[in-house]
Amino acid sequence: MTIELVVGAIEAIVMVLIGLHLSIFLLYFERKGSALIQDRVGANRANITGLGRKLGMPNLGIINTLVADPVKLFTKEDFVPEGADHFIHGLAPFLALFPVLITFAVIPFGDTITLGGHTFNLQAAGINAAALYLLATIGIGVYGVALGGWASNNRWALLGGIRATAQMISYEIAMGLALVSVVMTYGTLDLQAMVRAQGGVWFGFLPRWGIWIQPLAFILFLTAGVAESKRIPFDLPEGESELILGYMVEYSGGKQAAFMFTDFAEQALTAMLLVTFFLGGWQLPWLYRDGFHLPGGHLIAIAPLAVSILGVIAFLIKVVILCAFLGLVRWSLPRFRYDQLMRLGWKGLVPLGLANLLVTAFIIVAMGGAH
Amino acid sequence: MPPILFWFLATLAVLAALGVVMQSNPVHCLLALVLTLLAIAVLFIGQGAVVVGFLQAIVYAGAIMVLFLFVIWLLNVPVESGSTGRLAAKFLGAVGVAALLAELEVFWVPSHLQVKAAGQVAGYGAIDALSQTLFSEYLVAFEITSVLLLVAVIGAVALARRTTDAETQQRPENSARTEKAA
Repeated sequence: MTIELVVGAIEAIVMVLIGLHLSIFLLYFERKGSALIQDRVGANRANITGLGRKLGMPNLGIINTLVADPVKLFTKEDFVPEGADHFIHGLAPFLALFPVLITFAVIPFGDTITLGGHTFNLQAAGINAAALYLLATIGIGVYGVALGGWASNNRWALLGGIRATAQMISYEIAMGLALVSVVMTYGTLDLQAMVRAQGGVWFGFLPRWGIWIQPLAFILFLTAGVAESKRIPFDLPEGESELILGYMVEYSGGKQAAFMFTDFAEQALTAMLLVTFFLGGWQLPWLYRDGFHLPGGHLIAIAPLAVSILGVIAFLIKVVILCAFLGLVRWSLPRFRYDQLMRLGWKGLVPLGLANLLVTAFIIVAMGGAH
Repeated sequence: MPPILFWFLATLAVLAALGVVMQSNPVHCLLALVLTLLAIAVLFIGQGAVVVGFLQAIVYAGAIMVLFLFVIWLLNVPVESGSTGRLAAKFLGAVGVAALLAELEVFWVPSHLQVKAAGQVAGYGAIDALSQTLFSEYLVAFEITSVLLLVAVIGAVALARRTTDAETQQRPENSARTEKAA
């Protein structure tokens, strides 16, 4: 009992750290990746004592994006505007960040692992109604942004907060509908069981991933996920050209960093959820408990511990690839107009999600899957 | 659920509920209400009613309270200043509270009325058991409830779309503009 609690706590910390490190990766990608895409040099200063040059990477901008910028942010003056609600102004950034960080707990990042005679599930919180937990935390994440905009006593901030709230609750519906289709396909709310169901291959080469069964749900979830994290093309709440920075406009220093980090962490979370639901989670094609079963009947035997670790690595690689893809989306598309955003959400994604749900239900009943 | 967790959550819920009533800023009241609902949601989960707990968090804390927030902003509810209500109302309120507490003492404390731990059936509170019951035994009630909600939605849209006389009189210039554009 005690050892399970300790391991659970360690897993929770590991998961949050993975999420935070992915956010840092995304922060770096935001600076240098965008420069690459737009044919600029990008961040290349703060080459302290020529360290980067000595290491042979003077232009990677690692020091200024990952060291100088955070230090600058956290040593800035924490300014609260006049007439603002001090308590809520201080609370809001963390109210936004907290639900995202606790959502990482239910994502399975590996199969079971056996260490010293104990078998542990590589999922920090093995809640069997994890899909519901997910919807609950995403729903509560709205408050940070909404209250941050309200508490700033600034019209731009309030407008940004209202936009963010309307956008997030609109796209939550599309996301929930896609999620329901996925839950119906696997017949469970448990994320670990969903990933288990995606093991094996079809016809000897096609991994049994959810994306082949639910392609439309994948697209819906991807779109809704980007909209939930309020990134371009859905970054209307921040829209610099019209709202300056939206709900973040009156924030500085660490609190603003918390808001920014929330967006990156949400992006990492979206990538993880997409991998879990549609891209087989920690499943590696042809890899089973005892090793690789290659097509043609070859078997490469691998120790169980190595299989577990390979699973974790596979999960992380898939997540990083998807994170990079989300970054590409962010730097390739222009921003929507607000009416276009709402039309896409309510008249595009929601009906498509409902249709997908109906088709899924018909197929499940036709195949005799319903009890 | 460990008793210490129960008492912690129960105290939190009661304190937050007091905060809903006793604070003067409507947004602070709303936050306190969210806290109350979340504490109760965790209490539900702790008692084994996992799905009900999560639904409480999704529907009440996540959706309805956001709606309340919008209503507070749209109506521009001011911060209350000073005490409100007359002395007589306060007196009657105090008497009511005392009566309720006495009622609790009389009806709840006697052991024969206390809630006994019901023998929990297998799968209690899990979504399988809940949906089996909901979609077999209570199917008619469930469907009627959904029709009721649909009627409420349609009614709300119809009311919101109803144009007043003043708006109808403004119409001609709008239609003239569209005709010109056409």
